[in-house]
Amino acid sequence: MSELEKRIIEKAATLLAGGEIKRVVGWKKGEFIHDPSPATFETEESLKDFIYNDFCGANLSKYLIDIFKREGKTAVFLKPCDSYSFNQLVKEHRIKRENVYVVGIECHGKLANYKVEEKGITGITSEAHEGENVVFDTLYGKVTASREEVLLDRCLTCKGKKHVVADETVIINDYEDKVSDRFAMVRELEAMTAEERFAFWQGQLSKCIRCNACRNVCPACSCLKCVFDNPQSGIAAKANDDTFEEQLFHVIRAFHVSGRCTDCGECSRVCPQHIPLHLLNRKFIKDIDSLYGEYQAGEEAEGKTPLTSYTESDTEPNNVFTVTEGK
Amino acid sequence: MQKIGVFICWCGSNIAATVDVVRVAEEIKREPGVVYSADYQYMCSENGQQLIKNAIKEYGLTGIVIGSCSPRMHEATFRKAAESVGLNPYMVEVANLREQVSWIHKDKEEATEKALILVRTAIAKVRLNAPLKEGESPVVKRALVIGGGIAGIQAALDIAEAGYPVDIVEKNATIGGRMAQLDKTFPTLDCSACILTPKMVDCAQNEKIDILSYSEIEEVKGYVGNFSVKIRKKARYVDETKCTGCKICMTKCPSKKGLDEFNMNLKTRTAIHIPFAQAIPNVAVIDPEQCLKLKTGKCGICQKFCGAGAIDYTMKDSFIERQYGAIVVATGFKPIDLTAFNEYGYADNKDVVTSLELERLMNAAGPTNGVLLRPSDMTHPKVITFIQCVGSRDVSGCGKPYCSKICCMYTAKHAMLIREKYPDTEVHVFYIDVRTPGKNYDEFYRRAVEQYNVDYIKGMVGKVYNENGKLMVQGSDLLNNEQIVIPSDLVVLATAIEPEPSVRKIATLLTASIDTNNFLNESHPKLRPVESPTAGVYLAGVCQGPKDIPETVSQASACAAKVIGLLAKDKLKTNPCVASSNEMMCNGCSQCANVCAYGAITYVDKEFRLGGGKTEIRRVASVNPAVCQGCGACTVTCPSGAMDLSGFSSKQIMSEVEAICKK
Repeated sequence: MSELEKRIIEKAATLLAGGEIKRVVGWKKGEFIHDPSPATFETEESLKDFIYNDFCGANLSKYLIDIFKREGKTAVFLKPCDSYSFNQLVKEHRIKRENVYVVGIECHGKLANYKVEEKGITGITSEAHEGENVVFDTLYGKVTASREEVLLDRCLTCKGKKHVVADETVIINDYEDKVSDRFAMVRELEAMTAEERFAFWQGQLSKCIRCNACRNVCPACSCLKCVFDNPQSGIAAKANDDTFEEQLFHVIRAFHVSGRCTDCGECSRVCPQHIPLHLLNRKFIKDIDSLYGEYQAGEEAEGKTPLTSYTESDTEPNNVFTVTEGK
Repeated sequence: MQKIGVFICWCGSNIAATVDVVRVAEEIKREPGVVYSADYQYMCSENGQQLIKNAIKEYGLTGIVIGSCSPRMHEATFRKAAESVGLNPYMVEVANLREQVSWIHKDKEEATEKALILVRTAIAKVRLNAPLKEGESPVVKRALVIGGGIAGIQAALDIAEAGYPVDIVEKNATIGGRMAQLDKTFPTLDCSACILTPKMVDCAQNEKIDILSYSEIEEVKGYVGNFSVKIRKKARYVDETKCTGCKICMTKCPSKKGLDEFNMNLKTRTAIHIPFAQAIPNVAVIDPEQCLKLKTGKCGICQKFCGAGAIDYTMKDSFIERQYGAIVVATGFKPIDLTAFNEYGYADNKDVVTSLELERLMNAAGPTNGVLLRPSDMTHPKVITFIQCVGSRDVSGCGKPYCSKICCMYTAKHAMLIREKYPDTEVHVFYIDVRTPGKNYDEFYRRAVEQYNVDYIKGMVGKVYNENGKLMVQGSDLLNNEQIVIPSDLVVLATAIEPEPSVRKIATLLTASIDTNNFLNESHPKLRPVESPTAGVYLAGVCQGPKDIPETVSQASACAAKVIGLLAKDKLKTNPCVASSNEMMCNGCSQCANVCAYGAITYVDKEFRLGGGKTEIRRVASVNPAVCQGCGACTVTCPSGAMDLSGFSSKQIMSEVEAICKK
């Protein structure tokens, strides 16, 4: 058990012992250390199953939409990028801030299970970041992989180590707020011709099996009744018509979350087909930045958002095409 | 089962010449749900309407589609006809076969195909229409006039005359506008101030009129009959209620080098000043950019000398919020910027002036006290050349494509006045065309030519350059087919006019539409020329299009008549096409409330049954139908699809799209 994990579990125990906090939301051990799942813990004894390691990629913010309604206060552990989702949900009145106690926790980038598997690393018993590498202890000995090879795509372009909301934090290691360029791939796509871009997305989206994991995990996709599940909407069955309609599911979803997506990257993390869905969202984020000024959804828990407010400096509609084409 | 009737109008030959109306009526009979279809020469006529009414009664129609002109023309006519025989007026749909088909297509085959598609689209919509009922909303009996020039003054006086309170919001320190700057007015040559200032005084003395000078519109909410407007009263650093207009401050102010905007910057003024002698309100204002006390903290002389104790250097902008039933926009114009017209040497030669500058140079209250002296050396110009259409009727992109309308007349006026006062002066006018329609206008121009011997030269000027102190005006004389150069002492540019730039902000606040030249659009160019397409907003003066004083005054009075007609009503019928939220789908995110321009959406915590005896309190949107204007912004913003608009539901729109796309 790492020092960080120990401190987090201690924190959870203290919070539960205090009485005011009725439950904590965290991650629970699976069969192995690389398959944790989100869980609530209501007693100190149950914390024996609590886990926090570099496989704990899941963003816990969305679970609070239901959990915060339970009696008493709920505590939650949020990584820096999860805290943006939390704020955005508070802004959209989906979570009551005063019902939740937020503990910000340290994160050095989370691992992509499939990348680790592809490298043939199995039987993992523990892992740790060491400089630019991740070192795995396995049943078959020590294995070292470079971070770049095994990190989640979203973590390769980390948007920062700052918690935008936290009642307290558990951070023990030196913390470097290293922000990298997350729009590089979007620019590459923009540089393509329309035909090339169409081919790229068709290649990616044709892999989709419509498992809806991206929608179900997305903190911005939190409608009471999803339009795709609602027979009243008249379009629920449309995506089944043909493969092209199927692919439009993702485009519609990207429009749906535009201006609200915090770029948490959960959609790509959970996609069993490894479709880089976050790129669709990032294109919107980049366009919003260039059309209406820099904006990070979830940075603030209140205030105006670029797509639902008007200022005189807003771009004229005739400029939108040239700007969004990246020209 | 729906029973739909379709009525295809020929509109004389307007539609029938390009669309095979008989074929459209025939083919549409085969559409599901259509039980009756007919064509007729003029559906809007008494007989046409009777045809519709009879069919509704005879076939028990549940919905009708009219293929005719734009719904903006006759939708109300057809709705009334339907209502008179018991069919809900909102079960009527109009397919626009004139503006969107026959007027823009030439090929009859293609046009007929398109007409069929549009009629099918309207049928697809009417199938999903539901009967709607209009509500009522009260009318605030107070009007707002934006702009205190002659247009705003006239509109305010007429509205007040009918007994309604009216506020004039003027961004400058005094009302009066451009007309106050003019010397004489055509075609009668009476002095502008002599006819304007009594009206300004009337405004000030009328207890129904409240003049908010040095103020700007900050925010507009609401809708026809119920506008709520936030007004910024800019800090003038002088207490309006105390200042007596004695002007002692102006004689003592040490900061004397400010440019006098009222005199087109041809004169200087003090930092604290009253814009001109007849200003209303007759109250001083301090230019914060120029005032030593405000800039450096040192001075305070005006405060020492002010007997009324009116000076307050700590004054801040303040805000007032008022309710209005109607709004008149009268924001006026300014001459265009001449930097793109290098060839006339305006920037380099002091003696090349605009016509508005000449007004000041000839005005008794102007920088030269009414003696015509040229700006460079204050001597009498002996040769004056006027150049018309500077920036007007200009399709090169430098100027404006439209005719500024007033220049031919004021140039004739200037030429005549100069020849009258200084008969030894030689006056030339370069023109493209002389346009003088209007009562006594052409007679006026002919007097300039025939009686005052003004030299009119048909042709354009290529350039103006300075040679040994003379301004050489080089142009072509088209009638004599020769190039000429006129050595002149003063050159006057009849500069194009454009809407006052602040009108763009005002238009945005009012959601009033504006054209490519920044002129506000009227509701109909011929039949509703003073109404903006935004209900409750009226247009007076140059903000709507170039016009002279008589036309402006007529338009302002017309506006007033419209405003009075509106304010005389106690209640207005409200549009039943309003939004509503499906509470079972609303997740309370507040995005709809953020985009609602009318403040019609609020949120409530409501208890919902979950089954099994359990309940849950959820935050859901609630629309006030009296405030909702049916713009539909919320329906497209709502991420859950919970918000929908009666009469234009998402399902109706989608079914229309599908009907258009169907092969």
